[in-house]
Amino acid sequence: MQLFQDNTFFVLLAVLSVPAFILGYLEKPIRLYGFAVSLVFLWLVMGGTPRALCFLGVFLLWEILEAELYVRVREKYGRNRKIYYVFLILSILPLALNKYATATGSALHLFGFLGISYMTFKSAQVIIQIFDGQIQKVDLLSYVYMMIFFPVITSGPIDRSQRFQDDIYRSIPRDEYLNMAGIGIFKIVLGMVYKIVIAAGIYQLMIRLGNGTDLKTTFLYMYTYGFYLFFDFAGYSLMAVGASYLFGVKTPDNFNKPFLSVDIKDFWDRWHITLSHWFRDFVFSRVTINLMRSRKFKSRLTIAVIAFFINMGLMGVWHGTEPYYIMYGLYHGLLLSVTEVYQKKSRFYKSHRKDKWYRLVSGIITFQLVMFGFFIFSGRIMKYI
Amino acid sequence: MSDNTKIYEKVMDILTDVTGDPVVREDPDINLPEEGLIDSMGYMELLMDVEDSLGIVIAPAEYTREEMDTPRKIAAVVESKSR
Repeated sequence: MQLFQDNTFFVLLAVLSVPAFILGYLEKPIRLYGFAVSLVFLWLVMGGTPRALCFLGVFLLWEILEAELYVRVREKYGRNRKIYYVFLILSILPLALNKYATATGSALHLFGFLGISYMTFKSAQVIIQIFDGQIQKVDLLSYVYMMIFFPVITSGPIDRSQRFQDDIYRSIPRDEYLNMAGIGIFKIVLGMVYKIVIAAGIYQLMIRLGNGTDLKTTFLYMYTYGFYLFFDFAGYSLMAVGASYLFGVKTPDNFNKPFLSVDIKDFWDRWHITLSHWFRDFVFSRVTINLMRSRKFKSRLTIAVIAFFINMGLMGVWHGTEPYYIMYGLYHGLLLSVTEVYQKKSRFYKSHRKDKWYRLVSGIITFQLVMFGFFIFSGRIMKYI
Repeated sequence: MSDNTKIYEKVMDILTDVTGDPVVREDPDINLPEEGLIDSMGYMELLMDVEDSLGIVIAPAEYTREEMDTPRKIAAVVESKSR
């Protein structure tokens, strides 16, 4: 079974949501039930591949032990950067091994199980926030539940551990839960329309009209792929957020009208928001501060450019080690850098940035740049190189 | 001067420096990101300067942008962290 794909899943989701709804209506905690439902879905998805289940078990054990250990070490040794980096690397190690195994096509697909990419964001985030002093204690139930929470296990949205923990231990008043459930159902239905109706329709257009390498077909492919990607992923995300709401968890939204972005910075506040904000908070900002502190670079612009390239390059590699994913990351690193330099240096920008016509023109250009980015991301670009 | 006034003054010094605009002192409720006075880089510089001059560590992911979008709110966050 595939989550948010098969009919069986949707039927099961509807049936298994009923007890959650009753618990919510009675103002009772839903967490233990939600945990059990997540286990059921895990079994339905991975039960047929015991090796994947084993890897998942080892992975979870590894990350929990590490977080527990680091809490104690951090308490004893304080903000020691060397220790911190060791723990951070250890938490990312399973994903790195997994990506390496995929890239080299090794027979033993190390840590090959559904959701490892997205789980690693959360385990690394916990380590980083233990270092920051924001997390002083790891709650076992909340940690495991966050990792295996079925609505978001395949492709996010990426929640933050403290937000998730607050949600599952909070008692939700009846009116609020009913309101949440209503929004949740609406999001699920809208997501189904996005993914099953619109995305699937555009996909048909894409494979019928965009099959070739001449200029016209290339453009047709590029734009249809971009819209297909949006409706497919945004549709999935809406369903994931909606299902979370039914189980009493306010998983953050992932998209906010990305094609209306004024510039590339704006785009990354609207497209795959939980991913880009994760990178902003845990990569970009840290790289920037470290570079500023090192005093190797005087200019803030230089620092921003380096940080953008590291940030987006890493994001590219996270998608996969294929050359087009890396190109996609570097492409966006370049776009963000050029935007930053332009916005800081240009008088023209400063005096017109709020004008209606400027925002319109800037938005149209941004849209083309974004679509070209998806064209790289699709892998189709390799046919032209 | 009480500790809070001292922190408030220091935060205003830092903000004047980071934004390059003394308006932050005159209008402590001005929305900094909206007015283009601060961006991601500016926030990082702010956090670094607060740590260096006041010894108060604020992590980049600790507060949302909305919790730190005016000089007054920023000063309040720094004061709350000093306790």
